[in-house]
Amino acid sequence: MQFVKEVRHLLYKEVMLEWRSKYAINSILLYVVSTIFVCFLSFKSIEQKITWNALFWIIMLFASINGVSKSFLQESKGRQLYHYVLASPGAIILSKTIYNVLLMVGLTSIALVVYIIIFDYIPPDLPMFYVSVILGSLSFSTIFTMVSAIAAKAGNGGMLMAILSFPLIIPVMIILIKLSKNAIDGLDRSVSLDEIGMLIFINVITVCASLLLFPYLWRD
Amino acid sequence: MYKSWWKILGSALVIYTTIGGLLLGVPRLAILNETIRNLYFHVPMWFGMITLFSISVFYSIKYLLGADDEDDLKAVESVNVGIVFSILGLLTGAIWAKFTWGQFWSFDVKQNFTAIAILLYFAYLVLRNSIDEQQKRAKISAIYNIFAFPMMVVLIMVLPRLSDSLHPGNGGNPGFNSYDLDSRMRAVLYPAFIGWSIIGYWIYTIRFRIRSLENK
Repeated sequence: MQFVKEVRHLLYKEVMLEWRSKYAINSILLYVVSTIFVCFLSFKSIEQKITWNALFWIIMLFASINGVSKSFLQESKGRQLYHYVLASPGAIILSKTIYNVLLMVGLTSIALVVYIIIFDYIPPDLPMFYVSVILGSLSFSTIFTMVSAIAAKAGNGGMLMAILSFPLIIPVMIILIKLSKNAIDGLDRSVSLDEIGMLIFINVITVCASLLLFPYLWRD
Repeated sequence: MYKSWWKILGSALVIYTTIGGLLLGVPRLAILNETIRNLYFHVPMWFGMITLFSISVFYSIKYLLGADDEDDLKAVESVNVGIVFSILGLLTGAIWAKFTWGQFWSFDVKQNFTAIAILLYFAYLVLRNSIDEQQKRAKISAIYNIFAFPMMVVLIMVLPRLSDSLHPGNGGNPGFNSYDLDSRMRAVLYPAFIGWSIIGYWIYTIRFRIRSLENK
């Protein structure tokens, strides 16, 4: 019970901090929208739906790397120490992960709408595509949160973050692209159950591994 | 002598599978022809790699629990040897692919995913080099190693089964087991799995001893 309470308070704190400055939301939103716009200006229109799909996921990948890596890399040492005194390490990583999931689900939803409007194409099976978007932002958040914690501890942030997280995220990206491709092709939904199960499985493993490993990571 | 029985066993098995693999009878199959003998060398490399990476994760977990410097050294050395095995597996696979599929790199899912898995372990080594302080380095890299291992398993063992592949046993292709891996081949292939895994373990213990002597 204590754990749940800690997570709730930390989550409230994260949302509150974000709501006051609105820095992360606005900056990532601006990043995503301007990237989509740059892509539109260079592509004009996308004939092949595979390209449309791949481009969307590449934009999402970089947006979430930028968004989620903030969670540990941009926090001051003093504030981290203060948190560690107050709460258990498991609660800290879990609250950060949940916060990042909320942030990314919101942002990718907005990005999807903008992307659909700008490129003027709606996937035939939009609900299924949206499921893949939700699962995508979930997986990106869980994996990148833990990797950003590792990269922040290692000292030199941005570069290491990319090196460490790309090989980890590639399998997820492959499944996601396949899942959303199914939605674009308008295949029967039962075909996609394999991929959905696989993604949920990967997320469960990632969250469990984060909860088990983070207590060893935070101590200096 | 009684302590090194496994080394003798491993060497005997590898010598047997090398000679037997090149000389013993194999089934005649179209396209594959004699290249089927590569099975004895290509597949055992992956067994050796998985064995070594599992050893590495085992010692990473042990390091987190006990903070013993030796465990960290064991973890990194088994990763080093595991990477050598995975590169050998890729090379034998690429040569085999040249003769059966037509290109060294056929953009088969297993080839691509193994390349990514190797990247994962290169990232582990880069992470190690980026941290100066010894204990911090050991701890953080152990955490990354444990975190990355399930992903590696998903990449190499699970994902190829979900997608089309030129490899036997994937994407509708019949597996070797189903019709053409006869008992003559099994008699060489299974000892090869054990033999190469033991040799990999042996190389890793030697590497570990060299490194711990260097550190003294």
